[in-house]
Amino acid sequence: MNSSVIVFPGSNCDRDVATALTNLQFKNKMVWHKDSELPKSDLIVIPGGFSYGDYLRSGAIAAKSNILKEVIKAANSGCLVLGICNGFQILIETGLLQGALLRNKNLKFVSKDINLKIINNENKFCNNYKKNSVISLNIAHNEGNYFTQKDHLKELEDNNLIPFKYCDIEGSINESSNPNGSLNNIAGILNNNKNILGMMPHPERMVDNLISNSNGIELFTSILS
Amino acid sequence: MRFAVIITLKKDVLDPQGKVVEQTLQSMGINSLKNLRQGKYIEIDLNESDEKKAHNIIEEMCKKLLVNLIIEEYTIRKI
Repeated sequence: MNSSVIVFPGSNCDRDVATALTNLQFKNKMVWHKDSELPKSDLIVIPGGFSYGDYLRSGAIAAKSNILKEVIKAANSGCLVLGICNGFQILIETGLLQGALLRNKNLKFVSKDINLKIINNENKFCNNYKKNSVISLNIAHNEGNYFTQKDHLKELEDNNLIPFKYCDIEGSINESSNPNGSLNNIAGILNNNKNILGMMPHPERMVDNLISNSNGIELFTSILS
Repeated sequence: MRFAVIITLKKDVLDPQGKVVEQTLQSMGINSLKNLRQGKYIEIDLNESDEKKAHNIIEEMCKKLLVNLIIEEYTIRKI
């Protein structure tokens, strides 16, 4: 399977995700934001980091970059697109995913391992996870507080477009297990066609037991299967 | 022609930064402070002498990049 990782000035998780993809047998290429052609890709990853120093709004400038025009075209014709952390913020700014990511409710940059409940696994990104299981991934962000209009929130819940929610170790979804103030503890969302996933947690940091855990592997193997 | 764009979070969107500034000012003894919202101020010089046209260009900038219309609102002022 061919993958492309988009690199912006300020991306800092691009190599982590490239390593994860290559170890899991993806044929990966790095694509610079100024490029105007996208290599043939089954999966496009927009990695985490601080593209353009988070100027104006996180992801706002990157969303207008050259390569994003091609990413939007590919996404609209069904290519799988995964945006992690800053990548999620960029997808929101392009309009490929709806809503907004606000400053964390407690105004703190949150960097820690959190628990996530698999709410929906019937999509190309999560089908190797067990529904309602609890996994642990890392988060590291300042603007991860997901917000959207009431109608859209209902649409997300009703149409199974929320794959992950923040929870405690037992799987309870409550205010104390919400690290950033996101509506309904949302940690990631899909578009209506379920080919675009934006998520704040970092699965690429959890693919090697030597340095963390391996809870992120299933996300990548789901894409492969 | 010079314009100012003032961007603030919509009323129903939580503004944690504004809240902290508000509480700090209150704790400093400014008891008459009722409410405070924090926003962004952008100054733009345009090579356009027709005010209406210039206004439309600024409007387009706001909608396409400067403002996230889901959470923010804006006002444009000629300065």
